[in-house]
Amino acid sequence: MTTADAPAERQLVYTLAITEGVRQALQEDPLAFMAGEDIGEAGSVFGIYRGLYDEFGPDRVLDTPISESGIIGLAVGAGATGLKPIVDIMFMDFIGECMDEIVNQLAKMRYMFGGKATLPVTVLTMSGAGLNLAAQHSQSLEAWLCHTPGLKVVMPATAYDVKGAIITAAREPNPVFVVMCKGLMALPGDVPEEPYTLPIGKAKVVREGEGLTIVAHGRMIHEATKAADLLEADGVSVEVIDPLWLQPLDTETIINSVSKTHNALVVHEAVRFGGIGAEIAAQIAELSFDYLDAPVARVAAPFSPVPFSPVLEQSYVPNAERIATEAKRILGLG
Amino acid sequence: MANTSQAMEPSEEVLKDLHFRMVRIRHFEEEAGKLMEQGKSPGALHLYIGEEAVASGVMVHLSDNDQITSTHRGHGHLVAKGGEFKRMYAELFGRETGYNKGRGGSMHISNVDAGMLGANGIVAAGPPIAVGAAFSNKYLARIEGRDQMNVAVPFFGDGATNEGAFHEAANMAAVWKLPVVFVCENNGFGEFTRQEDHQAISDIADRAAGYGMPGVICDGMDAVAVWEAAGEAIERARNGEGPTLVECKTYRFVDHVGLSGIGLHYRTDEELEAWRARDPIEQHEKRLIELGVMTQDEVQAVHDAVMEDIAESIEFAENSPLPDPADLLNDVYTPTAAS
Repeated sequence: MTTADAPAERQLVYTLAITEGVRQALQEDPLAFMAGEDIGEAGSVFGIYRGLYDEFGPDRVLDTPISESGIIGLAVGAGATGLKPIVDIMFMDFIGECMDEIVNQLAKMRYMFGGKATLPVTVLTMSGAGLNLAAQHSQSLEAWLCHTPGLKVVMPATAYDVKGAIITAAREPNPVFVVMCKGLMALPGDVPEEPYTLPIGKAKVVREGEGLTIVAHGRMIHEATKAADLLEADGVSVEVIDPLWLQPLDTETIINSVSKTHNALVVHEAVRFGGIGAEIAAQIAELSFDYLDAPVARVAAPFSPVPFSPVLEQSYVPNAERIATEAKRILGLG
Repeated sequence: MANTSQAMEPSEEVLKDLHFRMVRIRHFEEEAGKLMEQGKSPGALHLYIGEEAVASGVMVHLSDNDQITSTHRGHGHLVAKGGEFKRMYAELFGRETGYNKGRGGSMHISNVDAGMLGANGIVAAGPPIAVGAAFSNKYLARIEGRDQMNVAVPFFGDGATNEGAFHEAANMAAVWKLPVVFVCENNGFGEFTRQEDHQAISDIADRAAGYGMPGVICDGMDAVAVWEAAGEAIERARNGEGPTLVECKTYRFVDHVGLSGIGLHYRTDEELEAWRARDPIEQHEKRLIELGVMTQDEVQAVHDAVMEDIAESIEFAENSPLPDPADLLNDVYTPTAAS
């Protein structure tokens, strides 16, 4: 299903779609519980879990100590012994505090044990710049996770997708990171009231076009769409693809699009060097070289920490204008 | 063998059980070390020789429903938890019949079905996982309406208590009163670094006060002393009274890696001999014979039976199939209908 397919009977903002996703995941499985920093009575610093503590009580919605390693360890141990943990790492930047539990334990336990362990773990975390929170509260570190066999990574950029991603992750027997975008918290969208899932590893064609494929994820999907409007005005028909799942990545949908448009631009908010865009660009080059009219281009953040000062932050994060400018360059229209 | 801790005096059955588990560990490890040095067991083995009383004294109290997490020095924990030699040697040899189908080896050997949540190559990674298992135990006891909880026991060394993960786990277990017994195997060295050079305390049990849990010290060379200290702590945990830190003072008779080590000089022969004089198995056998629980011949019969099991198991492992490289990608993920 895509956003366009969803019934339009109700709108929710992104944050409330998160709440509803977690609520329904807890409702449908008595073995599911949620744990994280300030997520209990306070309902999270982002307000995204408000009301869940009152509804499910302290045995199922737990405030943890500020202990990210402990939180992921809790999820690994509880997941391997029969529960369905949903844990929150408040800011994605904090995964540095728990990388061992993520990379060496959560991701590998099943494989190392010869398939004898199952890790039905959901990790929710908030990524991205735009709120002037500076270098340690604004990063997009999804490439770190995608590089780790054993994890699945979804990066929902609409209210519909974030609810669906959470329920999909909660029902999935593998560890799934739902990387949410703090810059989209107030974004409204159509969200069905009943629980629903997203197809794992399936990209969304957000907009169809003929002359250029833009592959963008997270908050950048909205900038890419705006860029497509700008380019449309110049007579360029743009196809916009949101991979949605970065691990596993829907290479097929991307390649099919590039084979049609003959031009590809990959956009993300994370730094350009070694970002997931490098992998996407490499796959396009490997699999549809003969179709390309120009080298695959990328628009992403420069190789720098996220700066604090609003003027610097705005300059750091890619936007529609920069995307459109780069698109014109590769199309020979600049 | 649960619920033994009411009486402070171990029964004859418990004394024999402690002996059996320790003898199994010792011979398993000695033969594994030889196999590594003969090149039959690939990679590195960290052997548990000298520390047998700790795993055995704890494990007598646990059932398959109780979980443990282990360390890089993990064979002893799995043997004491009932690990089958055939499947253990097969794992060390990287065979498909091993506990982990040859995907884990020595440092990740596990048996989830019996609550053994893995040896671990990362120091102090086990305690947070054990806290998660203990959370499950408390959660499931609540929804199933049981008063008694299963217990999770993370084993770790003195060196691990310097890691942040240990601290986070201990604090979480205490604040949530989870059924965890933290068992510190203080063998005096973090790898090759002496305890006095890696921490400013000599008793790790002192750290328990900082988490609001009891800390106890026992002689880790005496299986009965470990059995007694662990029994009390496990009983507390089962009854919902929260975690305990049990420090077992012990010593590694062989080097950090392998039987003959890698030639580093960091401890003296005199120190080693002083600890070897307190060999946990010899001490325990002396006790068994003095108390009239077993005769010398019966003790010897236990060793013989274990060696026979080992010989058969090594043969089984050597004749077991290797994994098929075509299966290399199996088990990276749990298969689902969608995938």
